[in-house]
Amino acid sequence: MLRAIGERLLSVIPVLLGISIISFFLVRLIPGDVVSSILGQDFGDPELEAQMRAYFGLDQPVWQQFTVWFSALLQGDLGTSMRTGRPVTTEIFELFPATLELALAALIVSIAISIPLGVLSATRRNGPLDSVGRIGSLAGLSLPNFWLGILLVLVFSVQLGWLPSGGSSPFAPTWGHFQYLVLPAVTLGASLAAITFRMTRSSLLEVLGEDYVRTARSKGLREGTVLTRHALRNALIPVVTVIGIQAGALLGGTVVIEQVFSWNGIGSLVIRAISQRDYPLVQGAILFLAVFYVVVNLVVDILYIYLNPRLRHK
Amino acid sequence: MTTPTMTIPTQRKPLRLKRMRKRSAQAERSLFRILLRDKVGLAGGLIVVVVALAAVLAPLVAPYDPTAMSEWRLSSPNSVFLLGSDEAGRDLLSRSIYGARTSLTVSITVIACAAIIGVTLGLLAGYYRGLVDNIIMRFMDVLFAFPTLLLALAVVAALGTAIENLILALVIVFIPTFARIARSAAITLAQEPFVESARAIGARDSYIVFRYILPNALAPIAVQVTISLAYAILVEASLGYLGLGVQPPAASWGAMLASGKAFVEISIWPSLVPGVCIFITVLGFNLLGDALRDSLDPRLRSQA
Repeated sequence: MLRAIGERLLSVIPVLLGISIISFFLVRLIPGDVVSSILGQDFGDPELEAQMRAYFGLDQPVWQQFTVWFSALLQGDLGTSMRTGRPVTTEIFELFPATLELALAALIVSIAISIPLGVLSATRRNGPLDSVGRIGSLAGLSLPNFWLGILLVLVFSVQLGWLPSGGSSPFAPTWGHFQYLVLPAVTLGASLAAITFRMTRSSLLEVLGEDYVRTARSKGLREGTVLTRHALRNALIPVVTVIGIQAGALLGGTVVIEQVFSWNGIGSLVIRAISQRDYPLVQGAILFLAVFYVVVNLVVDILYIYLNPRLRHK
Repeated sequence: MTTPTMTIPTQRKPLRLKRMRKRSAQAERSLFRILLRDKVGLAGGLIVVVVALAAVLAPLVAPYDPTAMSEWRLSSPNSVFLLGSDEAGRDLLSRSIYGARTSLTVSITVIACAAIIGVTLGLLAGYYRGLVDNIIMRFMDVLFAFPTLLLALAVVAALGTAIENLILALVIVFIPTFARIARSAAITLAQEPFVESARAIGARDSYIVFRYILPNALAPIAVQVTISLAYAILVEASLGYLGLGVQPPAASWGAMLASGKAFVEISIWPSLVPGVCIFITVLGFNLLGDALRDSLDPRLRSQA
């Protein structure tokens, strides 16, 4: 097991390196010149231009720019925001907790909906509940999450007036704070639940057809015991992987959902940075989210190795 | 020694090709029949056909010019505006029909390009293995490491919001999935006896890959194309909603929802109509994809 974990850990290194290279060159893809797009109408003043170029190190050869940028990156320095003049890392870490809060809340919502429904659907296969679940999950997969958000705002904010249509407040364990969290978390969670539901259902169906389940039944165990002690334990292993893969959808989703609900997190930060052409901030935030995603997947894979008895005892 | 090996293939090849062709024609027929029997899949196919027709025939079926403004702003559905009007007094029905055109143009172009590039890379990686495989797949891993929407967002942010850039961004995002599927199919197929015998008779690698491996790998690729189309429409709509998709005044469902949301307390129609369009179109592709997968997966077929 340790060997498998070690191999998985090592496999992350080239991916992280690749992510950094792509993030670096992304900003250099900008048509024309970063300097010209920052200076805007002041462009044309050769002295100012040269100053800016030297300031961003753009007068150096590309590989040298990369080594400078990369060694700074290794020391946790992502540069400074062009708009605020503050370090990019400060900007990111200030808003990351809000995004993490939203993502975790969404994950809880999605698990709370999908796993119980998936189990009920699989154990009552082809029954009315199963049909509702399958149609519902296909609808959920096809629903643009931001539109679901708009619909929820329409019902719960505009029509009923129960919840605020958007905004956020600093974290506090009070209703004043959580009222902002409910709609975005449900929106994001519901769209993720569709995938987890399908996975839970099909995985459990497969396991329920296995010989050891038949053995457990034929030795007279109650159906509930068969389900919880024999079937579910194995059926949920692939579900863990799916939840891990969803971390990506979750992070991408927060970008849009934060925008719908004016939730002040990294997603809003990225969109703001893009519209303000704050390139170091765009670069830093995207790099940060991609690395975070890789780390989450790494943890999930290790968890998978641990949970799967066949891999654990290897 | 050389003569027998020369004569056997020339005798056997046309036979095999004929048989393969016959078999694939049978497969197509039965696939079509299964699809016809699968009511849900059929419904999905119908939805896709209707939306595609609306997109192609937009100038003929749309009642108005999608960019024509009027003084009836944010009106509810009435005899003039069948689905209401938006904040600039433009007809929501006409804009939605043209929105289908934008959405399908972008997503079909994207998936076609991504599938061609991704499948080629995947076949090469799976057929040659070794260094080629390593280089290609490590690069795919890196692209896969970015959350889909975020990577598209980053490329559009860097290149600008022209439609070509939007398409390029989405192509990059969708390539790795196709590469992975084609690769795993190629690995399995490369060990099949018919590929081995093709190699034994001295067929060129490119001939083997495109005539023997690709046709047999088409089933999972077709399923992935359908599902990816659904996903591409969603990602395009999300980018449109964020203001990074096709730029106004051109009609795009995502952008329509973004501007509609600002007026949600005055009129619900601009927030409703484009969303329903996205939902139905994506649902159509998903239903079709599900039906295709079920009919192509023999395990599932025997269960049904």
